[in-house]
Amino acid sequence: MSPARSAKPDVVPPLTNGDRRPYAITLDVGSSLANRTGEWRTERPQYVHRLPPCNHACPAGEDIQGWLYEAEAGGAGYESAWRKLVVDNPIPAVMGRVCYHPCETACNRGQVDDAVGINAVERFLGDEAIRAGWELPKPAPASGKRVLVVGSGPSGLSVAYQLALRGHHVTIREQAAKPGGMMRYGIPTYRLPRTVLDAEIARILALGVELECNQRITDVKSAMREGGFDAAFLAVGAHVAKHTEIPGGTASHILDAVALLHGIEDGEKPQLGRRVVIYGGGDTALDAARSALRLGVAEPIIVYRRNREKMPADPSELIEAEEEGITFHWLSTIASAEEGQLKIERMELDDTGYPQPTGEFEDLAADAVVLALGQDADLQLLEGLDGIEVANHTVKVDDHMMTGHPGVFAGGDMVPDDRTVAVAIGHGRRAARCIDAWLRDEAAALDAERELASIENINTWYYEDAPRTVRPQLEDIRRQTTFEEVVKGLDESSALFEARRCLSCGNCFSCDNCFGVCPDNAVIKTGDEGEPYVFDLDYCKGCGTCATECPCGAIEMIPEAT
Amino acid sequence: MTARFYQTGTFAVGGRLLDEDNRSGQSDPERPNAITKGHRACQGCGEALGARYVLDAAVAASGGKLIAANGTGCLEVFSTPSPETSWRIPWIHSLFANAPSVATGVAAALRAKGRTDVRVVGQGGDGGTVDIGFACLSGMFERNDDVLYICYDNQGYMNTGVQRSAATPAGARTATSEPLGGHPGADFGEGKSAPLIAMAHEIPYVATATVAELRDLEQKVARAMEIHGARYIHVLVPCPLGWGHPTDQTIQIARLAKESGLFPVFEAVGGRITSVSHIRRKVPVEEYLRAQRRFAHLFAREGRPDVVARLQELADRNIERYGLLDDDGGDVSIDLLEALATAEKGAV
Repeated sequence: MSPARSAKPDVVPPLTNGDRRPYAITLDVGSSLANRTGEWRTERPQYVHRLPPCNHACPAGEDIQGWLYEAEAGGAGYESAWRKLVVDNPIPAVMGRVCYHPCETACNRGQVDDAVGINAVERFLGDEAIRAGWELPKPAPASGKRVLVVGSGPSGLSVAYQLALRGHHVTIREQAAKPGGMMRYGIPTYRLPRTVLDAEIARILALGVELECNQRITDVKSAMREGGFDAAFLAVGAHVAKHTEIPGGTASHILDAVALLHGIEDGEKPQLGRRVVIYGGGDTALDAARSALRLGVAEPIIVYRRNREKMPADPSELIEAEEEGITFHWLSTIASAEEGQLKIERMELDDTGYPQPTGEFEDLAADAVVLALGQDADLQLLEGLDGIEVANHTVKVDDHMMTGHPGVFAGGDMVPDDRTVAVAIGHGRRAARCIDAWLRDEAAALDAERELASIENINTWYYEDAPRTVRPQLEDIRRQTTFEEVVKGLDESSALFEARRCLSCGNCFSCDNCFGVCPDNAVIKTGDEGEPYVFDLDYCKGCGTCATECPCGAIEMIPEAT
Repeated sequence: MTARFYQTGTFAVGGRLLDEDNRSGQSDPERPNAITKGHRACQGCGEALGARYVLDAAVAASGGKLIAANGTGCLEVFSTPSPETSWRIPWIHSLFANAPSVATGVAAALRAKGRTDVRVVGQGGDGGTVDIGFACLSGMFERNDDVLYICYDNQGYMNTGVQRSAATPAGARTATSEPLGGHPGADFGEGKSAPLIAMAHEIPYVATATVAELRDLEQKVARAMEIHGARYIHVLVPCPLGWGHPTDQTIQIARLAKESGLFPVFEAVGGRITSVSHIRRKVPVEEYLRAQRRFAHLFAREGRPDVVARLQELADRNIERYGLLDDDGGDVSIDLLEALATAEKGAV
């Protein structure tokens, strides 16, 4: 008998004696596989990679969902996670301590139970790498190009790392005695132990990056000419403390937070007195106050002109400072200072949230005042460079991080942007790409736009309820008197737990749901990790069940061409 | 059962992080696919999905030695348009009413031949099971024939143009239960609960399930296959055509049926309920009803808040009667007679 589909004869063949088939059956049984139900389809599913909100929010440009996916496997997955992480950020152990983690604010899981503790997992991976001695990837063959990097803060280190990987020779010139910029001279050791910083910097230098400390560049133009550099990346940071006139201030003990923190790093133990007022509301003010506590100051008091809600400092640091016993005078400015005594004026916020004086005064005893009113960049090195545009003590750069002077790029705190380590890392990463293109005389490829994976793309039903793991903190009393690290890391099992709380927004994590829920068996499980499933469009009717039941929003339905 | 520390626990079908034992059978690339592709079920058909879930689990439990007797209905029509078949197991169809009897006959023949290794499944839709084939089913139960009978409940005669069955819920519009002259759609007080009636036969095993909880369904089939005698599993399989929901929402609708309390998911051994599937994220019945066109008249113009309230009462009653909100994880045991004494019609 002929095959099933062509089996329907035009004329029913007459039964013969030799035919043993029962009466009335004239067709052999065929399989429904002959029926290509894919023809019914008006929409087809396709696998997509939507942009996870954490990645979108990360100023350093990390593929967070990507490295969490690797870490979720545990064991050998940690190293592959770290390898994926350092593609974008060479100092994860530092970042896992000092980053203000906008990724966690953006995390879709925050709308389910609690955001994934991304920062803590990053730190775990960074610490694992140091412990196990994992090395950064090997650089490409030497290009013969030379790049000068001025400053060894996070953006300088980031650009040096990325350029070294691309085969360029990098020389970093650093004004201070040791590398790290504000990570060393601004962030206190209780937030960032120097062993961690040193280990991550050493790993970058091991790629062949040249570091010259105690080298202050006063003239970029001649430094480039004399050193035979093909391009320069300026990352001098913002180390010049802003000052304010305090009437009568000459008679009292006034110093600035930048100098205080820098001095502590250099081993100084300044005698501040019993009661110290820190003037300002940023992260530096908190760092100064918490450092003062550890220097033996009995009562560090933060005086800030606006209120708690308007304070620019990171909320987690503010909470830690409060826990340590730092007190706050909100809506207050220092009107004048005398020996041991400050006159404080009460402020009130106007309709625009700006503080306005009230004319009400009070006295506040203080042995010293620490100014933490922000910092400016020292831009002296730009003199003689034409095309540079300076506004508000910062250097303007274009999308490619290039200043108005061709071949001179800049990043970090000296360009207009948020002043965080993560932002600086991102500047360095982007600048390196553009410097590399500049050196090759090519157009730089910036990150392509991708559709954001929102909570609407997530089918939250499939995720188990699992609140986050909180990092252990040193007991308050111990932290007040030592510069020992305050926030401790996760142990292996809680890091794994935390990584596995990731919803994997917008990107397949191989849960088999599409394969399991298709009423038409039209999803094929391939066993290939790169492409775990493919649609069998010969039979897919386009019902959309796979897309709706995909936990993470990695499938979209697109109309069929008519 | 729950694998701790995993992204999705065991709610998803499988997962690279789960060991084999914690994955559902449907995650296996070598799964039996007892019903294969190319069948002519509508887009998003809950019954096609349910049949594959059940029979793949039954094939796994019987080592592939399984015969299915199928009553007339959607499942039979869409899987076997002559000369094609989607079945990859021995499968027989006779009439609308007699699937339980045919299954009984197959079981008797196997017994006569001494083939204790081959197991028998009878199956049909709710029309063929709770209406047309009900006498045959009851007979199969009372004789305790060695058959696992599966009812795929899509709450109406969908194949013939969406007519009301005894499993159609109150308030639902069908071609024969139009919301006219004060009728709310299908009337309150009509219909029956086949699972409770099956329990009244005191057969060894009765369970309800939905296509939204694959692992629960697989476990119930596996458990039923461990037992000999008459067994009954009633699986809720939403129908995009007859219920009027988008084709991608089939599983979601089944989930809402259970989460609202309208469709209690439980297991009964020897006439006593031994476990219930607890509600995880409780929703008002309105969320379930609004998602389906067959209830659209309850919300059109001034709507029928009275009907919605009565349906909510039914759900609340189920929640109380079956202990659907208990989260202690312990098994509840409800006496059948007590359940029957408090039963209100149209609850299941």
